[in-house]
Amino acid sequence: MNSEHKKILIRLAAGLCFLLAALLLPAEELFGEKYASFAELGLYLISYLIVGGDVLLRAIRNILHGQLFDENFLMSVATIGAFFLAEYTEAVAVMLFYQVGELFQSIAVSRSRSSIAELMDIRPDYANVEREGALSRVEPDDVKVGEIIVIKPGERVPLDGEIVEGESRLDTAALTGESLPRDAGVGDVIVSGAVNLSGVLRVCVTKLYGESTVSRILELVENAGDKKARAENFITRFARYYTPAVCGLALLLAVIPPLVFSLDWGAWVRRGLIFLVVSCPCALVISVPMSFFGGIGGASRRGILVKGSSFLEVLSKTDTVVFDKTGTLTSGSFTVVAVHPQSVSEEQLLEYAAYAESFSDHPIARSILSAHGKEIDRSRISRAGETRGHGVFAVVDGRTVVAGNAALMEGNGVGYHECHIAGTTVHIAIDGNYEGHVIISDILKDDASRAVSELKALGVSTTAMLTGDMEQVAASVAKELSIDTYSSELLPEQKVEALERLLMGKRPKTSLAFVGDGINDAPVLARADVGIAMGALGSDAAIEAADIVLMNDRPSDIAVAVRIARKTMGIVRQNIWFALGVKVGVLVLAAAGIANMWMAVFADVGVAVLAILNAMRCLRLSE
Amino acid sequence: MKKTFKIKNLGCANCAAKMERRIKKLDGVDSASVSFMTSRLTIEADDERIEEIARKADSICRGIEPGCAVEL
Repeated sequence: MNSEHKKILIRLAAGLCFLLAALLLPAEELFGEKYASFAELGLYLISYLIVGGDVLLRAIRNILHGQLFDENFLMSVATIGAFFLAEYTEAVAVMLFYQVGELFQSIAVSRSRSSIAELMDIRPDYANVEREGALSRVEPDDVKVGEIIVIKPGERVPLDGEIVEGESRLDTAALTGESLPRDAGVGDVIVSGAVNLSGVLRVCVTKLYGESTVSRILELVENAGDKKARAENFITRFARYYTPAVCGLALLLAVIPPLVFSLDWGAWVRRGLIFLVVSCPCALVISVPMSFFGGIGGASRRGILVKGSSFLEVLSKTDTVVFDKTGTLTSGSFTVVAVHPQSVSEEQLLEYAAYAESFSDHPIARSILSAHGKEIDRSRISRAGETRGHGVFAVVDGRTVVAGNAALMEGNGVGYHECHIAGTTVHIAIDGNYEGHVIISDILKDDASRAVSELKALGVSTTAMLTGDMEQVAASVAKELSIDTYSSELLPEQKVEALERLLMGKRPKTSLAFVGDGINDAPVLARADVGIAMGALGSDAAIEAADIVLMNDRPSDIAVAVRIARKTMGIVRQNIWFALGVKVGVLVLAAAGIANMWMAVFADVGVAVLAILNAMRCLRLSE
Repeated sequence: MKKTFKIKNLGCANCAAKMERRIKKLDGVDSASVSFMTSRLTIEADDERIEEIARKADSICRGIEPGCAVEL
């Protein structure tokens, strides 16, 4: 509760005192029979003005601004109407109740706003930068790339960088939801937003603050309100027609029965006034964005960043999940597991392969280079190039070395043979003669199989895998993880085609999620109904391209994200139906003359408060 | 260009929806969004006109909810 809220509370308490005075004071004894009713009315009016004066003022102000049908106006008309019907207690009490409800609402909103802000409390306040031999404390914004910053235990890492001195453990929970601290030492890349736990670190800054991980994440979370869900747009559109419609009904209800059927004016005007109170749209409108906000906040607490409520909505309908293989289901760290030469020695074959691959930064190339383990003498290479998606070639010591997949061998008219070991096979041909192959394999992530089984348990009907890797490898991964279908040996553009086929095959009204590592999957991420990028710490491309970003490298977080999305949508639906149900119920009762104005106020602010409390559940997800 | 502004004292969700509708209709606005929960206004418009549009948006917000203001 802030000072503004406290002021309102004091005002309402004062108003309540006057109301009680009006109700309980023996007016006749104090003021005499003649003035008793005036005195009472005076007390009621004072109480009314203290409690609802601001509502009246705003109502007048808004009418001058051409804002008809706003809540202030509706409440003012309803309560003033009650005064004219000589129902003083009801008029004041209803205004009081309304104001208490509004106060609750306001407190709940500011609470949830700040609780999300706390969740995203990763903004560093300062950086200790080494300048001219001394350490000075500056704004993170003022630090340039290449400067050395010092991070002491307990401090937040202000900028992305590389450790040049020191060892420590880093707590990345605020970024990733991962509670286990990470060890970091010289040469490791560290990301802004993490908290340094144990040792002093000297870090060379690699990115400006504006481009650092922490600013990107904050920007993403702060802009999450942009992409609104259909449910959110539906409810604001609905409110636009609902309020004038109910107000119209209120007028008809107050006027027609007495005029046409000569019924009692007082009773029917009263029913009309109740309609006015119920016509306030706020309970409906507030609960939906609030629920989505809670869902997005709850997700970010677990290291799942959602770029807008519309993506939670789409994700909740996920029926098909398509995975990229490398870097998503597998760790992406390839290692050479076997070298099978035809005529040369193992070492020689590996050397030729390494020289051919030395210009490529593909993970396969890197694994061959690290297996070779020696410096590459670039002067031995006269020409080099890459056949995208197939392999590489280079002229080494005047001999043409071609290294790549089976298709590349066929394309060059080289006879080759497959290996009995499952893995990625890099065939090597020298001057058009087959010289053998190197087998590289990638390990599955620990939770890859759990990710697939949990999605199945959530009712996802199809899981699929798209990979540029070989058929043999794809088949063994798909089998091990029990993935329903897979396509292998896809070139980047074929991945999009394969995804489009899956999009056509999905069941109507369901959505397809694509999960990739975000680096080379941007077109596929964009084409899917919802694109999920993994392991985004440090990868800018992923944060750009995807709709949902998993900060951790864990595929099982996809199931968590789907569960959060479904829970959020469930709460959104509950809130919409609950608010509408109560409102319609009270309208029916009011038309029949059973409801009173108290019930009407409950249908407005009471429902809003309950809906907000319900929305706060979105923040939590049970295990 | 897309630009985000903070809205002060945005207290009513329905007002936020009204503001969004009115700002969207302003001349020169490609798209606009008012997020009630994050109290943020995002405007997509021509570079040169964005300041002028933000000022107009400010007066719209003030008109709809008293005390509300776009931080320019």
